[in-house]
Amino acid sequence: MQPALTALNIEVSFDGKNVLENVSMELDAGESLAVIGPNGAGKTVFLRALLGMIPYRGTITWAPKTRIGYVPQKIDADRHLPVNFKNLFAAKASILKLPAADIEEVIKIVGLNNNIITTSVGHLSGGEFQRGLIAFALLGKPSVLIFDEPTASIDVAGEEQIYDLIHRLQDAQGITTIVVSHDLSFVYQYATKVLCLNRAGVCFGEPDIALTPEALEKLYGPHKYFHYFNDSHSDDHRAKNHDIQQ
Amino acid sequence: MASYYSIILAILAAAAAGLVGAFALMKRTILAGDVMSHIAIPGLGLALLFAWDPLVGGGLTLFLGILIIWQLQKKTELSAEAAIGVIFASSVALGALLIHSDEALVDALFGGFKNLTPAEFAFGAGASILIIVALWLLRNKLIISLFSPELAISSGINVDRINLWYLLLFGLAILANLRFLGALLVGSLIIIPAAVSRQLTHSLGTFLTTSVIVSVLSMLIGTFIAMHYNLDTGATVVVTAAAFFVLSLFKKKR
Repeated sequence: MQPALTALNIEVSFDGKNVLENVSMELDAGESLAVIGPNGAGKTVFLRALLGMIPYRGTITWAPKTRIGYVPQKIDADRHLPVNFKNLFAAKASILKLPAADIEEVIKIVGLNNNIITTSVGHLSGGEFQRGLIAFALLGKPSVLIFDEPTASIDVAGEEQIYDLIHRLQDAQGITTIVVSHDLSFVYQYATKVLCLNRAGVCFGEPDIALTPEALEKLYGPHKYFHYFNDSHSDDHRAKNHDIQQ
Repeated sequence: MASYYSIILAILAAAAAGLVGAFALMKRTILAGDVMSHIAIPGLGLALLFAWDPLVGGGLTLFLGILIIWQLQKKTELSAEAAIGVIFASSVALGALLIHSDEALVDALFGGFKNLTPAEFAFGAGASILIIVALWLLRNKLIISLFSPELAISSGINVDRINLWYLLLFGLAILANLRFLGALLVGSLIIIPAAVSRQLTHSLGTFLTTSVIVSVLSMLIGTFIAMHYNLDTGATVVVTAAAFFVLSLFKKKR
């Protein structure tokens, strides 16, 4: 069977400077890939190359008839934008000529309700907004879902629900998922493959095999990576909440 | 008879301006749009110089300006804004140099072209209807791309092309309203009704309709007051729109 996605020697440069080089990976249908690496390692750049949004060198091959749903990290939408998710779902459904029942279905899958989807996007909580984005990505029945830091603006409880949802989509619906994550525990728990990036591809493979101490050291520096496990999560979240308050 | 045509044209053109403005406000390109109207000024100067129809001259420089702004929008925001500022200032200056007669300059800046010709009516009405229909057809793609260009691209929408379409419709809305408001004030009828509507509404449908209604009301009430008290039409229309805005501020925003 042809892999769902093959990337060979991907290289991306901005203004003549390489921000990503020597990245290769392969993913089968129904697998779950975690893309990890420190800040500025080129994770989002890699996703954007996969989505064909930026020019790159190397080859990216999607299986024929691949439909991609994308959930971006954050959306710089105006707080007073008079648009709600109902408008956005209707707009996408109309462009793709989908029946109204499809909208109902994705709303149910992500656990939203009519009250939330008729609220202006600027008035939603981080978790509600993220679910809205996932539902938007699910419209049109994608075979691949790409998430960029899906829990970046969500509290701990919401974070687990989102990871749970992603896992459910992969498990129950057989959707291939690609998730950029800071959270190594997510990688061990849910990912079937992991791609480590630090401007270059540092490691790729099954998490238990690919994530050697050497690879992690190359990614995060010596002894720093424990910070990324769930055990020390509470500290992470204090920092995160602080960010939001600012 | 001519005045009936003038009123019909005023309603259609104002409706188009209100709708274009509502999308401009959501796209946060409203200031670029205001600048765009000033690009018509050197065109109006050229039209006077070579005895063309003002719409031909204005349309020509507007079209050039649209292409420049379209390209600039793809660059980083800061340099684009600086360049748009330069275009704005130099357009007004160039226009003032080209237009020698003071009276003609005031007309170009503040509106008040005399004698509506059948050709002008046909153009204005046709352009306004085209704007309204095209925005209705493009609305789904516009809404997704103004929410997030990235999401739009990943949904298979050609954001670049949508932006060009939108700018062209914006330019048409400026041309359709030029005779009433002039190049300096035409941007106000695009901006202010949308700003009023945002104060008053929360949902997309009512936001779009309210913007159109406020724009048309400003145009009609302003023109009526101007005629009654023998005031400048363009200025009175804009002051009327501004009055709506002041009133809208009294409504508490959620």
